[in-house]
Amino acid sequence: MSVSAEKIAELEKMARKLRHDIVMMIGAGKPGHLGGSCSIADIIAVLYFHKMRHNPKEPKWPDRDRLLLSKGHAALTQYAVLAECGYFPEKELSTLKELGSMLQGHPEMLRMPGIEANTGSLGQGLSIACGMALAGKLDKKDYKVYCILGDGEIAEGQIWEASMTAAFYKLDNLVAIFDKNRVQAMGPIVERYDTNPHGEKWKAFGWQVLEIDGHSVEEIAEALDKADEVKGQPAMIVANTVKSKGVPFAEGKAEFHHGIMTQEQHETARQLFEEDCG
Amino acid sequence: MNMQNCRTVYGETLVELGRENERIVALDADLCKSTMTRLFEQQFPERYFEMGIGEQNMISVASGLAISGKIAFANSFAVFATGRPYDQIRVSCISNVNIKIMGSSCGLSDFGDGATHQSIEDIAIMRAIPNMTVLSPADGIETRKMVRAAVEHEGPVYIRILRNEVPDVTDEKEKFEIGKPSVIRQGSDVTVFAHGYMVYKALKAADTLQKQGISVRVVNVSTLKPLDEQAIKELAGDVKAVVTVEEHTIIGGLASAVAFILRGQAIPMEAIAVQDCFGQSALSYEELLEHYGLTDTAIVKAIKKVLA
Repeated sequence: MSVSAEKIAELEKMARKLRHDIVMMIGAGKPGHLGGSCSIADIIAVLYFHKMRHNPKEPKWPDRDRLLLSKGHAALTQYAVLAECGYFPEKELSTLKELGSMLQGHPEMLRMPGIEANTGSLGQGLSIACGMALAGKLDKKDYKVYCILGDGEIAEGQIWEASMTAAFYKLDNLVAIFDKNRVQAMGPIVERYDTNPHGEKWKAFGWQVLEIDGHSVEEIAEALDKADEVKGQPAMIVANTVKSKGVPFAEGKAEFHHGIMTQEQHETARQLFEEDCG
Repeated sequence: MNMQNCRTVYGETLVELGRENERIVALDADLCKSTMTRLFEQQFPERYFEMGIGEQNMISVASGLAISGKIAFANSFAVFATGRPYDQIRVSCISNVNIKIMGSSCGLSDFGDGATHQSIEDIAIMRAIPNMTVLSPADGIETRKMVRAAVEHEGPVYIRILRNEVPDVTDEKEKFEIGKPSVIRQGSDVTVFAHGYMVYKALKAADTLQKQGISVRVVNVSTLKPLDEQAIKELAGDVKAVVTVEEHTIIGGLASAVAFILRGQAIPMEAIAVQDCFGQSALSYEELLEHYGLTDTAIVKAIKKVLA
């Protein structure tokens, strides 16, 4: 499916809205996972508003496409998009991390409609996604399972166990998206703990690898379509992204992996996105 | 006495269940000939998933299958099925997924393989996780019923399975219910709480003591969690003392659980368990149990001591 200029503009606007919601959920003076949430905002916008087959009125619809954030700390983006789609009222977004809130620090499937699994203990989401893809094959369903990984996260050995499962079982109903934002909690990946090379590793592990600009909604949409054509093996979309993309004072900075915005910074960020979110 | 191998019984039961229920799937980490899920694989190859030697991934894949409506049996040796993927199990329990973790060759029953392969903390770590049900069958008869009960139960279950042949000690006709300790032998002087193969050892000790005029009640506590506190209190309430026996470390297993339930009561208690140490290789199971003091003679001694 080709993407019209109109659709591209709509998705870009949605991604900005998601970033706005992320900034508002975190608020000023409090820590929040700004960096890794903003780096996947464009990907999430394309998945939910263009690519995925899903129904907010029926979150457990058996034929839905599934999205798991293996990098569960970026849940703010998924919370924002689920609210935007109508899985739950948007006013819930203001309850992030409050006692009893459905918006936990890391996503919980029993608390929030639209969350497919508990993730956040890093390295586990891709395995859970493999289980869902295996179940889809067993049940002869044609749903897709999407799973977003981080470039810091793949230091977890379990990711590579899962990568072998996906290849061995030829899970062509599984599409992973690699959020290559280049920065982990303690600093740049190449300095702190270099997980490179990325595409080569996934290829060697039996995946079909595509590489894109993870902030171009057009490239994201095209890559997701190309991934549909991959048969007999899982597909990996390496998305080159920028940590905290869209929030200039935080872009590329490790301190905003789980950082605190000052009142002033928060106001700056809010104003940046305001025109889209009136 | 009829002897049965619990892992064989497990494998056969899983096949029976697989025939009855299409939702059942099995995963194994390159030990299916030992855990006996090979039997399931032979019958239902499309519902068997070899996970290679990767237990962490196996548990999370099982979770993904379970979230998608399957009843997922994840298999390995008890030590690798619980310790290696502890966090994966924990996360699965947060979402209360319908996975069944089968810990084969449990306790010291893998006598030859040494400390790395002997699971003496599995019950402690599985008990510590909210939402988890922890089961330890005493024999083949109970293994069969328990695996069926695990399928009926919605949510995560851990069952530890012995490697070797053990004598039947439970009643074929008695219904198994998760959470209910069962009296295997009535007695009035002392209550012995045991699970797994140690139930048989306790019965042997009770035989010996009967000849000496001491009446021993033997209770099979095959559900370690949830533990029926009221039942334990009642079974301890009308005797002079209690003894716990387990093929597990003294920390965090049956002794800990019973002592906690009976806290504040003046009843004397002794505990037989692996002390705070690891196992090692031996040439036979019985030799190893004897080395760690898990014998009927040790139980006799403990009962006499606690009654003295």
